Amino acid sequence: MLCQKCGQKTASVHLTRIINGNKSETYICEDCARENGELDFPLEGKFPLYQFFSSMMGLNVPGGDAVAPVPATDPGLQCPACGLTYPQFGQIGRFGCDRCYEAFGSHVLPLFRRLHGNQKHLGKIPARAGVNIKARKKIEQLKLELQQKVMAEAFEEAAELRDKIRDLEQKLTAGGEPDA
Amino acid sequence: MPEEKEKEQPGRKAQEQREQKKETAVEGAVPPQGREMDPDVLAVEEKRLAEINSKWMEGSGPEGEIVISSRVRLARNIKGLPFPPLASDEQRKKVLAVAERVLAEQKDCFAGMEMIKLNEVTPIYRQVLLEKHLISPLQARENLVSGLILRADEVISIMVNEEDHFRIQCLLPGLQLDRAWEEASCYDDYLEKGIDYAFDEELGYLTACPTNVGTGLRASVMLYLPALVLTGQINHILAAIGQVGLVVRGIYGEGTEMVGGLCQVSNQITLGQSEEEIWHNLYSVTRQLINQERKGRQQLLNEQRDKLADRAGRAYGILKYARLLGSQEAMQLISDVRLGVDLGLLHDVPVSTLNRLLVLTRPGCLQYLKGRPLNPYERDLERAARIKQFLP
Repeated sequence: MLCQKCGQKTASVHLTRIINGNKSETYICEDCARENGELDFPLEGKFPLYQFFSSMMGLNVPGGDAVAPVPATDPGLQCPACGLTYPQFGQIGRFGCDRCYEAFGSHVLPLFRRLHGNQKHLGKIPARAGVNIKARKKIEQLKLELQQKVMAEAFEEAAELRDKIRDLEQKLTAGGEPDA
Repeated sequence: MPEEKEKEQPGRKAQEQREQKKETAVEGAVPPQGREMDPDVLAVEEKRLAEINSKWMEGSGPEGEIVISSRVRLARNIKGLPFPPLASDEQRKKVLAVAERVLAEQKDCFAGMEMIKLNEVTPIYRQVLLEKHLISPLQARENLVSGLILRADEVISIMVNEEDHFRIQCLLPGLQLDRAWEEASCYDDYLEKGIDYAFDEELGYLTACPTNVGTGLRASVMLYLPALVLTGQINHILAAIGQVGLVVRGIYGEGTEMVGGLCQVSNQITLGQSEEEIWHNLYSVTRQLINQERKGRQQLLNEQRDKLADRAGRAYGILKYARLLGSQEAMQLISDVRLGVDLGLLHDVPVSTLNRLLVLTRPGCLQYLKGRPLNPYERDLERAARIKQFLP
């Protein structure tokens, strides 16, 4: 059968439309279908993925296969920065911003384990952000020492440590956020 | 003197080819317009043809007869800005502004690189960029506030405001995953000089999609495996690939089918492995595929030499003399010719020409060269004409 639109090619797409109970059928070729946007399903490709996420996360997908709901997830969870809720994340399968990771915290770790078989990054560390990570670790360590010194009433040494920490913290805030 | 002669010849050849095309077009009942040999038109066409060429089409890389290209892509985001899928146009513009600022600040690193704003170019041009594997289907289809930073040789490209704020890509001919990773990582460092990345100590680079988190690295190879298809081994090999954390797709990404033995293999896991481990895993599997494909080709050559030569010759005949060619059919035929060339059964067709034709005969490129939108029927005519023009 030839395409009903261009009349040139073999029809390979069968369109059935039901509008207000009126059924119409069209046979067209793939090119004409593409041309008319008949093959552009907005969820194409994405659908199985987000359905997959949602079922992993224990959320029900509208129109998806019924997945036994897991009550453990909290639908009230929301990212304070971009406003994305946890169920929305399940639907679109995308985080809204970097803060979502923190906001959904422990809820998404099992997802990472299932997707990647892992939940710890072992690759590259960005040069500048990496410096900050190291600096933060140093500060944490110094603060711990400071506490010990204060407990031991070694105030002179404690004051030295306090200055060191202040210095590091200043460097961190000065060099850290050029975009802010 | 001889130089002048050489200069003249290509022009005359092109003129002849255009004459032939004119014939085709008339027979196909397409209204002839602007058919006169205008040197300006010719210059525009030459320029557009040159634009369509990319480094990876050269076919000269290591293992070039099986591995068409190697690609490494890194997903990166700016700290504190919503990811593109949820960002407003204002926020998206902010990302473009950050990109422009970094390009200006790090002049030495980004020498000769400019940003193309994708909402300022035509949909046909976006389609061309997609067909050259430089932007994503989403960026090509939608008129989004997004950009593409491109190095002149097109080996390095940075998508801005795709699903992530930045996607740094290195695309090289042949099997060169090591170099692709090094180059991409290098531009990653350049970019980071002026941008605070969204990075977490535990989870690595934070991305819009949970499937990219960690390294944000997608390594892929575009492969040409006709012998594995002809000998029917491909299916169980592909099934095995899935079990080692890799995915196989058609050459135009998710949801596209494998045609003519052309496919794309890439890693699926991005978290919990180092970048080297990830691309190396893909590299070893690719090596095995190359060995299998070579064995397959030898086997075919031993057992079915005449059949293969016949297949390649027929494909060449159709490509050279057909007047209407669909895109899948063309891809399959180009693939058949290529196998003949690779096995020494068919001569005088350079692999680079075949690689170019694979891209040139895609709908976007055909329309771009023509300078106007074409309906599917016109495209089939144009495709056949282009192939006739470029096939020796």
